[in-house]
Amino acid sequence: MSKSERPSRLFRNLNAKVASIPMILTALVVFVGGTAWTVLYSFTNSKLLPRLNFVGLDQYYRLWATPRWLVSIENLLIYGVISLVFSLVIGFVLAALLDQKIRFEDTFRTIFLYPFALSFIVTGLVWQWLLNPDFGIQGVIRSLGWTSFNFDPLYNSSIVIYGISIAALWQGTGLIMCLMLAGLRGIDEDIWKAARVDGIPMWKTYLFIIIPMMRPVFITTLVIIASGIVKVYDLVVAQTSGGPGIASEVPAKYVYDYMFFAQNLGQGFAASTMMLLSVMIVIVPWAYLEFGGRKRV
Amino acid sequence: MSDHAVSLSAPSPSINADAWGPSGPKPRHVFSRRNIFLYGTLILVALYYLLPLYVMVVTSLKGMPEIRLGNIFSPPLEITFEPWVKAWSTACTGLNCDGLSRGFWNSVRITVPSVILSIAIASVNGYALANWRFKGADTFFIILIVGAFIPYQVMIYPIVIILREIGLYGSLSGLVIVHSIFGMPILTLLFRNYFTSMPEELFRAARVDGAGFWGIYLRIMLPMSLPIFVVAVILQVTGIWNDFLFGVVYTRPDTYPMTVQLNNIVNSVQGVKEYNVNMAATILTGLVPLVIYFISGRLFVRGIAAGAVKG
Repeated sequence: MSKSERPSRLFRNLNAKVASIPMILTALVVFVGGTAWTVLYSFTNSKLLPRLNFVGLDQYYRLWATPRWLVSIENLLIYGVISLVFSLVIGFVLAALLDQKIRFEDTFRTIFLYPFALSFIVTGLVWQWLLNPDFGIQGVIRSLGWTSFNFDPLYNSSIVIYGISIAALWQGTGLIMCLMLAGLRGIDEDIWKAARVDGIPMWKTYLFIIIPMMRPVFITTLVIIASGIVKVYDLVVAQTSGGPGIASEVPAKYVYDYMFFAQNLGQGFAASTMMLLSVMIVIVPWAYLEFGGRKRV
Repeated sequence: MSDHAVSLSAPSPSINADAWGPSGPKPRHVFSRRNIFLYGTLILVALYYLLPLYVMVVTSLKGMPEIRLGNIFSPPLEITFEPWVKAWSTACTGLNCDGLSRGFWNSVRITVPSVILSIAIASVNGYALANWRFKGADTFFIILIVGAFIPYQVMIYPIVIILREIGLYGSLSGLVIVHSIFGMPILTLLFRNYFTSMPEELFRAARVDGAGFWGIYLRIMLPMSLPIFVVAVILQVTGIWNDFLFGVVYTRPDTYPMTVQLNNIVNSVQGVKEYNVNMAATILTGLVPLVIYFISGRLFVRGIAAGAVKG
């Protein structure tokens, strides 16, 4: 984003402007316009059709008084913490293991990453089958003789969100591993040499030298994971459809259902605006830290 | 390949205890404690990652009686391809009983034009941003990149209205436009960064020779950036094929993409659950991105990492 001046004359730049029309339209009409539209209509009492009948913050009061929304938020928080912690830890550990100059590194990496090529729908359906209480893991272990064995996260409303997280971690940790591996490979060999000469044990080198050096990688990874968390939708639809009851509902599904099934657009808009707000809380400080300094130049 | 990896590891003075000793090939301790721990962990984790794929394949090759009696991890006693045939051509969603094939062809008809259109738009865009920057271009670009973080749910309904106004709501073309819009931020970033990294003298020389905007793009930039186009194709094909949300919002039941139809088949409440057919259908849907993944190898990694590496 440096401002290197190119020898281009303004009047000849018409082609570039024409070529940028799709980008300009997308940026202004869809991203800015669409977002503003949704936020504006979240203050109305639109039902089946969007109408500009302002009711102030009514939709938001109703939203935060709806048990299903509260369950959705709680689920998102649990899912988010699990995703962040476990995918960072597992991703880093796998990357560190792969970074030990091992044989068959490509094979292992291919295996760890392949779930990421699969859609959330496929992921959700596979894990729905694996976690099926009659035929899946629980059924198999019970048939081995441990008849009191209990592992049915998808049918137990108090732990269903953990069952969904298992599938999400299976699908997503490969990506985090790849990003971490790229980060580890970017570390100067001399650092390792110096740590070795000083006799610092390997785990200490990782914890106190390598990880702090990989701060930019961690921040990028964090932003990627965080923006994925808020979007979680297909996985829940495929695995549980929000059930049992409303136990595994998530905000994205709440928005979709209120917009397209419950014909309560205002609620959908208010809920999606809340989602936007939560993303902003994560993105704005990050963007400020990353780009804020550079903009002033 | 493996021998190569070992010989590479010898001269680099990193983790191994004997690394800063005399140079030359490292003596092999195949069964050292470190190796047993390292490979043991990696193999266990690899098995865990492979398990769902294995169970999917095994289940899809069994008959229903065997599934009811047996254990999901055991290999099929009697291999049958009937579930695959059924999933492809006769599985039911609602009233339609023509299997996943319809969803497959819908997905093809969505993915191919979406990939072409989105890459065409984004590559020209990235080229304009890299080499023909005009006043205000960077502002739009920043809006575009920030917009990539806005949850789709915020923009879904306004797009419904736009598509309805231009008469494309519910059609495949409408969905193609939606995919092109949401593919734009990451692809534009990808192309912009790639074109920026190309030597500027090349661009200058072409300018001196009198080539214009499109001439330079078609005759110089395009032929020189084939690798990044391959990365973009991989990124888009897997992304669009795997999409569920846009498919379910912007199409009708007869134009549902494969993922939506798959979910409807497996999660339909009517009838007896046929787990083998469900798993065959699931594999069929996952097959396209999986094949791309296994063929493309490192390029796939580059494609997904492109989303992570910022400009």
